[in-house]
Amino acid sequence: MEWEVVIGLETHTQLQTKTKIFSGASTAFGSEPNTQACVVSLAFPGVLPVLNQEAVKCAIKFGLAVNAEIAPRSVFARKNYFYPDLPKGYQISQYELPVVGKGSMTIQVGSGDNAYEKTIRITRAHLEEDAGKSVHGAQEGMSGIDLNRAGTPLLEIVTEPDMRSAAEAVAYAKKLHDLVQWIGICDGNMQEGSFRCDVNVSVRPKGSDKLGTRREIKNLNSFKFMQQAIEFETRWQIETLEDGGSIHQATVLFNPDTGETRAMRSKEEANDYRYFPDPDLLPLAISENDINTVKAQMPELPEAMKARFEAQFGLAHYDANALTGSRGTADYFVATVNEGSDAKLVANWVMGSISAKLNAEDKDISASPISPSGLASLIKRIQDGTISNNAAKQVFEAMWAGEGDADQIIESKGLKQVSDTGAIEAIVDEVLAANASMVEEFKAGKEKAFNALVGQAMKASKGKANPAQVNEILKKKLGA
Amino acid sequence: MSLKSADIKRIAHLARIEVNDIEAEATLSKLTGILGLIEQMQAVDTTGIVPMSHSQDVTQRLREDIVTESNQRELFQSIAPAVEEGLYLVPKVIE
Repeated sequence: MEWEVVIGLETHTQLQTKTKIFSGASTAFGSEPNTQACVVSLAFPGVLPVLNQEAVKCAIKFGLAVNAEIAPRSVFARKNYFYPDLPKGYQISQYELPVVGKGSMTIQVGSGDNAYEKTIRITRAHLEEDAGKSVHGAQEGMSGIDLNRAGTPLLEIVTEPDMRSAAEAVAYAKKLHDLVQWIGICDGNMQEGSFRCDVNVSVRPKGSDKLGTRREIKNLNSFKFMQQAIEFETRWQIETLEDGGSIHQATVLFNPDTGETRAMRSKEEANDYRYFPDPDLLPLAISENDINTVKAQMPELPEAMKARFEAQFGLAHYDANALTGSRGTADYFVATVNEGSDAKLVANWVMGSISAKLNAEDKDISASPISPSGLASLIKRIQDGTISNNAAKQVFEAMWAGEGDADQIIESKGLKQVSDTGAIEAIVDEVLAANASMVEEFKAGKEKAFNALVGQAMKASKGKANPAQVNEILKKKLGA
Repeated sequence: MSLKSADIKRIAHLARIEVNDIEAEATLSKLTGILGLIEQMQAVDTTGIVPMSHSQDVTQRLREDIVTESNQRELFQSIAPAVEEGLYLVPKVIE
């Protein structure tokens, strides 16, 4: 039987606020344990939550970025469960009325001829607080609790079960990861847990429209692990069903060392969170005016920028897509073009040499040793004919290695292209005199001989002659 | 909807409340009474009425995103039963 995998994602993004969602305690990462745990984080009796307006703004930004409905009135609810890193005994979340409703995101899957676009529906996004952290092994038989993270604002983003392969799920997660950073609501640091994905996986016979029983893979903190975990889980579920077994709803963890997923706890009991509206918090009202204020502060979104790059600079869809893959790349591109460089040349350099170097050195574009104005000065010398494309590559390497700016390197390495007509004519004359047989061949109709003569002239100039001029002068002299 | 004694035990377990058999029976009759009241209320036509999520018809006041809390770990931990290296110690949590 042919099987189909059905995947939906729940992503917890930590919002980039200075303080917690319901108190004025700092959210800075990496501080000494419990030094950022105030009375609200510790759930002292009598304390009350007060909502952080910045967290609300972040939610509105996200809603606008995925064309979602933003609820004029949303409600906070208590999700009840007992765990030592949750001292209140409930997490403040949103249940029936989330702040962000239905939206959508378009993803690009695969590359080359097999690439395709797909729209993933966003079910909702809601505000909630993070829990603390348990540290094991602090003392025999005991667990240590650090409540610095307790109360950190999260936006949980939930999709419809619209993905049909690990590749689609990873493409969605990457796109979402780019988007939340682009609009500045999350730092995207997966190692520090700022962006955590829970993946719901089920399988069903291909063609069926009934969903299979799902298992939820918790807390994936890298795209590579997500891919591996989904592939393993899919195989496991198919094998289990083909062997006559059945799938039980469960939460599973992925073990990066073995590449396997393993059931953590049965969900039936844990699932009964007995949500109810939190009487400590009033409904959150968001007016049309609030939304417009945030809209005015929004950066140009990647989709809009992509369309603009295509229209304004005549870039191909694929190129525009690659350049708007991250805000850093887009900003770099725009900054270089604003220095007066030809947009298509800039696109080629950014997606070619620069991207290759960054990949090889595992660097972000913000850490590029060549600034946008540096790249612009190099491109300027290509555009004005000072250097050839080949020489430009050498200059680029030297600039990357920090050997100076473009003009210094061109000067010190003697890479300046010879564009002086007189000098080139002299070289061409020499070449013609020394290669009489080639000239005869050309005159006899052998087109290839012409290219050989161009090659000889370039060689004689040690590669510095302007090839276009060499072509032109040769043609003139040969009467071609 | 009718509750059974087993439902009471389960709800009590979820809320981490210890309930013995006699208490469970008493709670059962009280909760059944409450459910009866709810059933009665459900007969009322509420078409077009926005569900109430708070007793006051006001909305949430928002706070500026400014740090107002300082580190008071020593004070808070002075009443904790067990601490080590700044961590609160609890009986081992096994997942």
